[in-house]
Amino acid sequence: MNAALGTARKPAPAAAGATKTDPLAGLKPRLEVKNLNFYYGTKHALHDISLTIPTNKVTALIGPSGCGKSTLLRTLNRMHETVKSSRLEGQILLDGEDILDQDVTRLRRRVGMVFQRPNPFPKSIFDNVAYGLRVNGYKGSISEAVEKSLRRAALWDEVKDSLHKSAYAISGGQQQRLCIARALAVDPEVLLLDEPCSALDPISTAKIEELLFGLKDYCTLAIVTHNMQQAARSSDLTAFMLEGHMVEFQSTEQLFTTPSDPRTEAYITGRFG
Amino acid sequence: MSSWAGTQHMRLRKGISYFFLSATALCALIVVGVLFFILGYLVWNGGSSVNLNFFTKLPTPVGETGGGMANAIVGTMKLLLLASLIGIPLGVVGGIYMAEFSGKLSAFILQYTADLLNGVPSIVIGIFAYSVIVLRMKHFSAYAGGFALGIMMVPVTLRSTEQFLRDVPLSLREASMALGASRWKTIVSVVVPAAYRGILTAILLSLARVAGETAPLLFTAFNNRFWSHGFNEPIASLPVVVYTYAISPYDDWHRQAWAAGLVLLGMVLLTNIIARGILSRGIQAPR
Repeated sequence: MNAALGTARKPAPAAAGATKTDPLAGLKPRLEVKNLNFYYGTKHALHDISLTIPTNKVTALIGPSGCGKSTLLRTLNRMHETVKSSRLEGQILLDGEDILDQDVTRLRRRVGMVFQRPNPFPKSIFDNVAYGLRVNGYKGSISEAVEKSLRRAALWDEVKDSLHKSAYAISGGQQQRLCIARALAVDPEVLLLDEPCSALDPISTAKIEELLFGLKDYCTLAIVTHNMQQAARSSDLTAFMLEGHMVEFQSTEQLFTTPSDPRTEAYITGRFG
Repeated sequence: MSSWAGTQHMRLRKGISYFFLSATALCALIVVGVLFFILGYLVWNGGSSVNLNFFTKLPTPVGETGGGMANAIVGTMKLLLLASLIGIPLGVVGGIYMAEFSGKLSAFILQYTADLLNGVPSIVIGIFAYSVIVLRMKHFSAYAGGFALGIMMVPVTLRSTEQFLRDVPLSLREASMALGASRWKTIVSVVVPAAYRGILTAILLSLARVAGETAPLLFTAFNNRFWSHGFNEPIASLPVVVYTYAISPYDDWHRQAWAAGLVLLGMVLLTNIIARGILSRGIQAPR
C-alpha cells in the first residue's frame, strides 16, 4: 500500500468542511451496522465499522483488495460463520432487530447473497431457481415463482425454452444472472452482491449493472466492487474502506465528485489500489 | 563450459530422457498386455463352456459332463446384494460424517482405521465373520458371507465418499446456505448430489473387488451344489466354484472353472457399463 497513506490506520476524522450533507437524509434504514469489530483468529479485520444501508437503494462498498469490504458484506447475513476462527463484536440491525439473535436460516432468507463467481448448483436452470423455494417450504406455485424471478433477473427470455437444461450450459454472465434469480426467488429484503461481475466480460457486466438498477424496486442492495466505475454507475450511496476502517460514506455523486477525505480522493483518482 | 562439453551434456540428457520414456511406455504396455492376456486366456479356455446351460442348469454330478452354474451365479448376486446392504450405507453415511461433521482428530482416527481395515487380509475378515456369525448360528450361510464381503466394502466406500464430498467446492455450500438452507439440507440436496458420481464409482470399484473374493467365503458362505433357499443356508458363489473346480482332477471341471471366471468378469463389466450409463445422464458439476 502507498506510504502516503500511513495515516489510514486511524478512522477518518469527520470531514472538516461543513459542506457535507447527510447521505441518509430522508431515507429509511434497512440494515444498520453499529461499532462492528471483526477478527479472523487474532487478525483484526474490521475496526469499529458503522454503516447504515437504506431501503430500496444500492449501496456500494469500495476499497482496495484486502480492505475488508467482502468481510463486512459477509457479516450482514452471517456468512462469516462458515469460518470457524472468526469472531464478531458489535451490532447489526435488520429493521431494528439484531441479526445475531435471529435464526440464521431465516435471516439468510431475508438477506440473500450473490457471490464473486457464478456458482449454480449442478441442477437444471429451473431447479436452481426453485431450490430456495423448496428449502423454505414455499406454498404457492413454484413454476410461477421461478418465472417471476427469472424475469426480474432479466434472464427469462434467454432461458425459457431450456429451463430443464443444465445450469452449466449457459454462459458465465447468464449463470451469474441465474444466481441472482435464485437469490431473488425467496423474496429477500436485502440482496448482498460480492463483486458479482469480477469474473465476467464487459457486456455481461453491463447487463448486470442495468439489472441492479431495476432491482431496487423490490429490495435493498449492497454491492462490493473494486471497480470504481461500477460503483459510480450503479449505486446511490458509496462507502470507501481502507485497511479495515470505514473512511467515508457519502452519496455516490458526492463521494466521486467532492470526496471529503484525502485518502478517498487519492483512491478514486487512481493513485493507489 | 565449452560448447563441445555442452553438446556432449545435451546428448547425455537426451539419452536419459529416451531411456526413461521407453521404460514408462514398456511398463504401461506390460500392464495392459497382462490384462488382455488374462482376458484372452479366459475366453480361450472357458469360452466354449459358456452356453445357455451354464446360466440355467445346476452342476452335474462328478463324471457327467454338461450342467451349469446357475446356483453360483445367483449365489454371487445374493452375496453381493447382502454385502451392498451392509457396506454401502455404512461407508457412505460414515463418509458424510467424516467429510462434514468430524473434527480433525476424529477424522484422522477414522481415516487411519479405515486404511488399516483396507489392508487387513481378506482371510482374516473371513475368520472374523466365521467366529462372529457362523459359530453363533452353528452353520454356514449367505448372511455370514455377505457380512464378510460387506465389511470389506466399507473402507473404500468410506474414504472415497469422504474425498469426493471434500472436493465439492465451498462456493456451492455457501450458495445453498445463503438461501436459508440448513447444514443438513445443504449436504443432502447439494453436496451429495454434486459428488454422487464419484461416490457411485467408488461403490462399484469396491463391489467389483469383493465380487472376486474367495478366501472370506470359504468358511462363511461355504459352497452348495444345489439351490440355496433364502439367505440362511450355505450358498455357492462363482469365486469359490472356480477354486473348487480348478483344483479338481477333471478336465470338464477345469473348463467350467475358466468359464466361471469369464462370467464373473462379465458380471463386473456389465455392472460397470450399466452404472456408466446411469452416470452419463443428469447434470454434472464441472471439475
